[in-house]
Amino acid sequence: MKINGAHIVWECLRKEGVKLVFGFPGGATLPIYDAMLDFPDIHHVLTRHEQGASHMADGFARAGGQVGVCMATSGPGATNLVTGIATAMMDSSPMVAITGQVVSKLIGYDAFQETDVTGITLPITKHNYLVTDVHELTEVIREAFYIARTGRPGPVLVDIAKDVQQTFIDWEYDNTPIHLRGYRPDLSPLPKDFQQAVDMINEAKRPVILAGQGVMLSGAMAELNEFANKTHTPVAMTLLGLGGFPASHPMNLGMMGMHGEAWVNNTIQESDLILAFGMRFDDRVTGNLKTYAVHAKKIHADIDPSEINKNVRVDQALIGDLRSTLLTLLKYVEPRDHAEWIDHITEMKGDSAVRDIMNLPDNNHLYAAHVINDLWRCTQGNALVVTDVGQHQMWSAQYYKQNNPGGFITSGGLGTMGFGLPAAIGAKFAKPEANVWAIVGDGGIQMTQAELSTAAQEGIKVNVAIINNGFLGMVRQWQEFFYEKRYAATPLKSPDFVKIAEAHGLTGLRVTQRSEIEAAIYKAEETEGTVVVDFRVEQEDSVYPMVPSGADLHAMIRRPMPNPIAETPEDTI
Amino acid sequence: MYHTLAVLVEDKPGVLNRVASLFRRRQFNIESLAVGHTDQSGISRMTIVTECSDIEIERVIAYLHKLVNVLQVNDLTHVANVTRDLAMIKVNASIESRTHIMQIVDVFRARIVDVTSSSFIIEITGDEEKIEGFIENLRPFGIIEMGRTGIVAMARGAVSQAAPNGNGNGYKRPVPAQMN
Repeated sequence: MKINGAHIVWECLRKEGVKLVFGFPGGATLPIYDAMLDFPDIHHVLTRHEQGASHMADGFARAGGQVGVCMATSGPGATNLVTGIATAMMDSSPMVAITGQVVSKLIGYDAFQETDVTGITLPITKHNYLVTDVHELTEVIREAFYIARTGRPGPVLVDIAKDVQQTFIDWEYDNTPIHLRGYRPDLSPLPKDFQQAVDMINEAKRPVILAGQGVMLSGAMAELNEFANKTHTPVAMTLLGLGGFPASHPMNLGMMGMHGEAWVNNTIQESDLILAFGMRFDDRVTGNLKTYAVHAKKIHADIDPSEINKNVRVDQALIGDLRSTLLTLLKYVEPRDHAEWIDHITEMKGDSAVRDIMNLPDNNHLYAAHVINDLWRCTQGNALVVTDVGQHQMWSAQYYKQNNPGGFITSGGLGTMGFGLPAAIGAKFAKPEANVWAIVGDGGIQMTQAELSTAAQEGIKVNVAIINNGFLGMVRQWQEFFYEKRYAATPLKSPDFVKIAEAHGLTGLRVTQRSEIEAAIYKAEETEGTVVVDFRVEQEDSVYPMVPSGADLHAMIRRPMPNPIAETPEDTI
Repeated sequence: MYHTLAVLVEDKPGVLNRVASLFRRRQFNIESLAVGHTDQSGISRMTIVTECSDIEIERVIAYLHKLVNVLQVNDLTHVANVTRDLAMIKVNASIESRTHIMQIVDVFRARIVDVTSSSFIIEITGDEEKIEGFIENLRPFGIIEMGRTGIVAMARGAVSQAAPNGNGNGYKRPVPAQMN
């Protein structure tokens, strides 16, 4: 059949199983948007800003595991995608970004709305393409999806010149298998690698598993569970790994690192074997590398060879898909009983900083930890939680004990403020049946607040919990700890979020007392459409415990305790 | 120390930029870079010299492998190899100095490829040391202009160390192995 490039784009998206595209039209994508009307089976979500589109595609991908697609025009449209693309890159999220480009004969002449998008996104994409010949378009889009979702997933950008969109050619879909000579997502460890790893695991006395997002990306949740049970090994998680191993599992330690519990970090420091599964030893996880787990041998299983020995020198690498690696390991590791080690960890667990705050007297102050703990209780740990970046993000990681894979979505690597609301909208599209809660700060929400309008237009329901403390809280906390409380540019005067919600035709609620939290949560969940709940929390509260940046992992700042500790109710632990 | 990498890449627009950008982004320095066609159409070969430790070069190689357009990476540093650089040097050549320069050219087995009444262009190939030595000998006469290609390197022996899917020392192994 004879069709133009714009139609080829949609035909290819349809072949990839795409049902949803997040985007914003413009001059250089007019042909693509015109062709869109001929593809009613693909829904287009009009965002208020291209950044919103990129985060929605990212949230969609993380919640559903499908490649998220976002679309923008040339120049400013494309540059507005950049933050979202970089976010997806750092967190290995599969995404295809399609941008329009000025007509090919004008590329390089500083034409109106021309920008070198492939140049700009080169270091923040897994791969990118500029298409100036319509005959290459099909192959490029197929490769883009293939690269985005295979191996270590990531964003791929396809920049399509406007004349390519307009040119008609005789077209048939190319079904031949994709072969990229320089791209090998199918590596697996060698037998000798397995042998050495198995020996190390069988010999370990104080092993600990560090589980990252790779567990979920490779679908290795069941295998991890079996491995932890069989080898009697406790599991600590990275921020992005939360949900990959059930929080309710007795071998679960929770989050490690900068805002992990002291006893979790001490477990790592005292271990004699670290099993790093699909994680990358980020500086927020290791603290000072010189003193990091010095007694431990280290096995690193990851699909990306460039992560091996990058931050931490390891004794054995297992390069390949984590799920198949674990399946092989499970055949050879011996059942183990590390009761002594586990008892020791349980002993350390008595010393819990996260629990401290639960014991603070109810003095009419509303603490963020109370809000998130109550949210966890009311939703029985089964909400799909999407966070923004900052204090509320760390509190969410500490107090929302997530049991479900993909149930905790957050911008980890890049730490992108403004991620929360649009990512939550994207996640809701991926899982319409899920109870989606966006937990955001009063600072971050205002970066992408306009996407409330998108939620309203789409009639989509997310519950937005604003942890409103009148500060850019995490920066304020660092100023308090490390800059003598000199609060430079962190006090924040926000609009009335209830009225903001109402102005969008949505529902707004406000909570100022602990006793009101539960009712507000249920009210939000029962109300049709997106609901914004403005939680006015304690202004100068900090996230504890904390490993200062670059400090030893076992050197944590603890919450100052003004009052004697009361007995802790079991369900708040 | 200096590491010499032979990198096979797809001959596509922007590939040089991807490789160079990678070195910039990860804060490695390129000391020398030479790019040219290979015997296979659609494949170019880059010889990259970079100064870093043995640990760091592992990272460089792994990052290069991550680029979709990179087919094979080989570190030739610790294997017996031949390295060659080519220089063209335009030098003042007066009536008086001519014979002297031609003698130096002879000793270094270089070639004079352009002659005017007051200058020569001299072409020389060899390893870096030889070329540096030659330049030092010409300097007193007054070097007008100089251009160098950068190093091209190849492992000795009959086997290709850098064939796509060949027996390179990178991570792109041809057959995924399973434990039996």
